[in-house]
Amino acid sequence: MNFDYSDDQKFLKNEARKFLEANCPTSRVRKVLDDDAKAYDEALWKAVAEQGWLGAAIPEAHGGLGLGHIELCAIAEELGRVVAPIPFASTVYFLAEAVMLAGSDVQKAALLPKIAAGEVIGCVATSEGPGVVTAANLQATVSGGKLSGTKLPVTDGDIATHALVLAKENGQAGLFLVDLSSGVTREALQTLDPTRDAAKLTFSGASAERLGAAGEGLALLERISDRAAVLLAFEQTGGADRALEMAKAYALERYAFGRVIASYQAIKHKLADIYVKNELARSNAYYGAWALNTDAPELPVAASAARIAASEAFWFAAKENIQTHGGIGFTWEVDAHLYYRRSRQLALVAGAPRVWKERLVSQLERRNIAA
Amino acid sequence: MDFNDSPEEAAYRAQVREWLEANAPKTPLTFEDMEGGGSMAASKAWQAKKAAAGYAQITWPKEWGGPGGTPIQQVIFNTEEAKYPIPPNPFQIGLGMCVPTVMTFADEDTKKRFVGPALRGEEIWCQLFSEPAGGSDVAAARTRAVRAPDGSGDWIIDGQKVWTTGAQFSSFGIVVTRTDPDAPKHKGMTMFWVDMSDPGIEVRPIHQMSGGSGFNEVFFTGVRVKDSQRLGAINDGWRVSLVTLMNERLAVGGATGAQWNQFLEAARQITGLDGAPVIKDQAIREKLADWYVQAEGLKHTRNRTMTALSRGQTPGPESSIGKVVSALQMQDLANTAVEMLDQYGIINDPDLAPLGGAFHASLMMAPGLRIAGGTDEILKNIIAERVLGLPGDIRVDKDVAFKDLPTGR
Repeated sequence: MNFDYSDDQKFLKNEARKFLEANCPTSRVRKVLDDDAKAYDEALWKAVAEQGWLGAAIPEAHGGLGLGHIELCAIAEELGRVVAPIPFASTVYFLAEAVMLAGSDVQKAALLPKIAAGEVIGCVATSEGPGVVTAANLQATVSGGKLSGTKLPVTDGDIATHALVLAKENGQAGLFLVDLSSGVTREALQTLDPTRDAAKLTFSGASAERLGAAGEGLALLERISDRAAVLLAFEQTGGADRALEMAKAYALERYAFGRVIASYQAIKHKLADIYVKNELARSNAYYGAWALNTDAPELPVAASAARIAASEAFWFAAKENIQTHGGIGFTWEVDAHLYYRRSRQLALVAGAPRVWKERLVSQLERRNIAA
Repeated sequence: MDFNDSPEEAAYRAQVREWLEANAPKTPLTFEDMEGGGSMAASKAWQAKKAAAGYAQITWPKEWGGPGGTPIQQVIFNTEEAKYPIPPNPFQIGLGMCVPTVMTFADEDTKKRFVGPALRGEEIWCQLFSEPAGGSDVAAARTRAVRAPDGSGDWIIDGQKVWTTGAQFSSFGIVVTRTDPDAPKHKGMTMFWVDMSDPGIEVRPIHQMSGGSGFNEVFFTGVRVKDSQRLGAINDGWRVSLVTLMNERLAVGGATGAQWNQFLEAARQITGLDGAPVIKDQAIREKLADWYVQAEGLKHTRNRTMTALSRGQTPGPESSIGKVVSALQMQDLANTAVEMLDQYGIINDPDLAPLGGAFHASLMMAPGLRIAGGTDEILKNIIAERVLGLPGDIRVDKDVAFKDLPTGR
């Protein structure tokens, strides 16, 4: 048993941190934030591809590095720290995982090398409107291999080359791989986190290939989401840790009433509360990483716990970081809002925390009966 | 990250399982056993068995009578042992805190005399730190130790300790005393070990708000101790107590009281809104999810600490997060359970309440758990100062002679 990164993984993580400190300072993130025409940081995307990170968990036979998922978790944590403005999650956590999990040999051979090379960008198109998407309210439809319907919001929908789309086929929900080169119109959306792209996609006869068995789209989506949830939890944990560091640094330099504000218990206890939530998130994420890496039967429970803990930790750290800063924290110039925004993006992109809490408890109920 | 056993760990686990299956108790103690104090015999018998087989204090080196095992082996044993209805463990304070302090500061003869009997559960130790005038502020201790006037070098101790866990069945204790009231508070204290059977020591149980009496007041009246019972240098007791308290953070922790899975079971049985079982209530389900995630987070945080230990790293005060989270959760979970019973929730009778009254017991114990071993507030200070490196509070008592400090009541 070992409840930590290995030395090699720590080395990789440290290298990733150095690379991102040099290549993704918040001044770069702000270029995407402040420019409506800029959907992502293309230069960073290319640089990340050159590092091999996009294919970290993709087998060497398909053009990846063939490392494990723990290595990918380490990279995710570092990307989360710097609120990287690139379509990494959509492409790597969702599209690549979906293809590796449920793709045919032809699909794997066609897509995985291009994902690893940064030539393919993925997106996940499930939501169609306010609220939770279900088999009953799903409107998008596939007929004769052609998709029609509207999806919004679709993170990275403006820039993606391929989409994972939830749609009905013969009245049953299915998950489809859709080439976005034709049969789709895209409309950019204003979102809480402009450092990440989002769009409304309207499909009119786009070519759609079903992933997995007919009628098992929602179940397959859950399996993919479990995998993505663990990786997202590492991004969230990285962001939460960075928010705590920012709050701590400011509290140690800001004076009020003749002393640094970090010497007041109200601030100390607030930062201690953040630390506690961050550690609980990290520990749950580690367990999730192990379950993901070994395809353990515990994965659905471990992934749910990791996602719930990380969503809570990042939200709490991001909002209390602003409050620790006081007035200056509410300005556009201070980076605190980048983390506040990203915490919302990451908590909602794969389903809100309450959805995951329900999933977790349903599974605990079943496990409790079985035990 | 590898949550599976290595081949060596799997072999150790198999060996532990086999031993437990042959030796561990199979039926839990009854409520009457626990209340009547009959659990002590069971606890001592179980500790003796573990010590003989090398499962008590698994990480202790051979020279202290342990098997010199790894922290991970301790994790494995704890996990497997928890599957059996084992009796309460009254040895934790002694083995986790007092005896390591004795081993660090006492001479060879003293170590030889005490370590074995403590390990085998034959002698229980208590920690005499808190006083009526200072719980969080241990350095406020007023219990005096003065040299005997006869020139023997002995010390005479007078004063009062409070909240002493297990004093009523302890053979020995370690006590923090004031030896120089003219020095600032942290520089005038000295630590001793004492024989609890001394006629000058009187133990009075404290009647807790929960009804039980797990803690005590301990009165010292002219208790004479040899200078050889001193642990550490004269007036260096604060540093010695830090060694004890550092061990406390490793010794304390782990889940207490009713847990999420017991709540889940109960919530299936009880009628909630609209006649559906409480478990169908979405607000309840979200709380269950939060408790589970916290409990799992703490479990794996403890495991991360063990990994740090097994790599020869010193686990830091980050282990302080355990009690902050678990004590509050115990209170919230217990109160939610009581409220889910609706009007029936006010009944605090083991024969009528669910789970033999376990939720009600947790509810009434929780305030104490949030204080014992460091209040929520003190633990957050420890996290803020020792983990995050934030400044300590501005102290008005640091450079003032102890006798000149304002004391209030």
